[in-house]
Amino acid sequence: MPEWFDEVLDAVEDGEPFYLSCESCGASSLPPRRICPDCGSSELSRKDLSETATVETYTPIHVTIPAFSDDAPYTVAVARFDEGVRLTGQVSDGEEVEIGDDVRLGVGENDEGRYLTFEAF
Amino acid sequence: MRVSIAGASSTKFGKHPESSARELLTDACLGALEDAGMSPDEIDELRVGNFMGELTDDQGHMGVMAADYLGTAGVSATRTEIACASSGWAFRNACTAVEAGVADVALVAGVEMMHATGIQRLTDALADAADNEYENSCGLTFPGIFGLIARDYMDEFDVTREQLAEVTVKNRANGVRNPISQYQEEVTVEEVLEARPIAPPVSLLDSCPITDGASAVVLVSPEYADEEGVEASAVVVGSGASTDTLALQDRASLSRTTAAERAAKRAYENADVTPDDIDVAEVHDCFTIAEALAVESLRFCERGEGARFTAEGETAPGGSIPVNTSGGLIAKGHPVGATGAAQIVELTKQLEGSHPTQVEDAEVAVAHNVGGSGASTTVHVLEAQSRGGS
Repeated sequence: MPEWFDEVLDAVEDGEPFYLSCESCGASSLPPRRICPDCGSSELSRKDLSETATVETYTPIHVTIPAFSDDAPYTVAVARFDEGVRLTGQVSDGEEVEIGDDVRLGVGENDEGRYLTFEAF
Repeated sequence: MRVSIAGASSTKFGKHPESSARELLTDACLGALEDAGMSPDEIDELRVGNFMGELTDDQGHMGVMAADYLGTAGVSATRTEIACASSGWAFRNACTAVEAGVADVALVAGVEMMHATGIQRLTDALADAADNEYENSCGLTFPGIFGLIARDYMDEFDVTREQLAEVTVKNRANGVRNPISQYQEEVTVEEVLEARPIAPPVSLLDSCPITDGASAVVLVSPEYADEEGVEASAVVVGSGASTDTLALQDRASLSRTTAAERAAKRAYENADVTPDDIDVAEVHDCFTIAEALAVESLRFCERGEGARFTAEGETAPGGSIPVNTSGGLIAKGHPVGATGAAQIVELTKQLEGSHPTQVEDAEVAVAHNVGGSGASTTVHVLEAQSRGGS
């Protein structure tokens, strides 16, 4: 993984996830953007991101890729944060989620490396 | 835009374990040239769409490969990679090259050899169209992305799996009549619902198959056609293209294909037509949800109504706007880098009046080719040569 994504994962593990906020238009985005996708400003600053989010959609993955061949089926969800960004993560430990459920952002690891997770609570 | 299609051809789509990209590509190109009554030495520009040759059959640089194997090494030749829209974009680039006067004759081709590797490596390669860190690292697959989109769409617009399954039922029925189609058998809604889960609500039969194949189209300027006595089959009158965020999570709506909406608007404006003018369409139905979104993006129906529009028979042969009379990606197959060119091949037959599922008096056609989760789209409007002169 590139250094920027390691930094994202480290921040989540440390309980200090962050996102990027545009100083010019206020739009929210994610690292490692250099310019705001909404207005083109390069004035992006890091702000604290909530550790919990709401499931917007999900799918159980039955046919997978080599990195997760022993884990299928597992569920991947997209969840929305109050700050206006979404993240995509694997639902932890075979838990079930539904649209509208609250989940907690975390980090998982397998032989191929670390990845974002959502834990139902 | 006014660029003439002089010839078009596809190989049989399906499994070609004994063949190779260079052989299928050459066969499709020679077929298109033969259809045009032209020879390889007339080509000025060669554009090849291919998504993942490096990962499936260890072969890149396919623009040169095609030129070499056509005996035309020396021409300008490039490969275009924009995921599953690779040859749709190669077609657009070739059209603009002819229109700009850079080339009198351009050959567009596309190829993909998807059986050249195993299912997990293929799934991994296809996922390269998505965001590696934000999407693939947590185990999201390509069918998975469309599973996410389908669930969001079904929830927002109160759509059922049965309604989405009607896309497969229609396209498989059309595929039976198309000799190049990978699948030659009809299926029922029940069979789609009960098929093996891939990324629910996406089942195996909501999905296009894994396909080897190639397609090619010969483009000429109207002036060249006149001077050289080339008989055109159809005319490209509009081209539109657009892009969206790489990752699905960054879009305003997860189930809205904004790039396709913009590409359609641009192509319609470029062609000076409206959705009502379209007689037949080939759209990018990599999964059933994708065709529902396509007919909405092309403005054949309102947003959120695409699946119901299909279930009501509006897109079937004989419906108000027949869609994927070829069988689409779901039945005909989806050799990803060839699909955009294959759509043009099928529509050229419709406009010539020689399609196996012919739409009566088809005069205006539209092709919609999507890359990734909808992050890239080309839309092209074609007219029958007989309608020409305008």
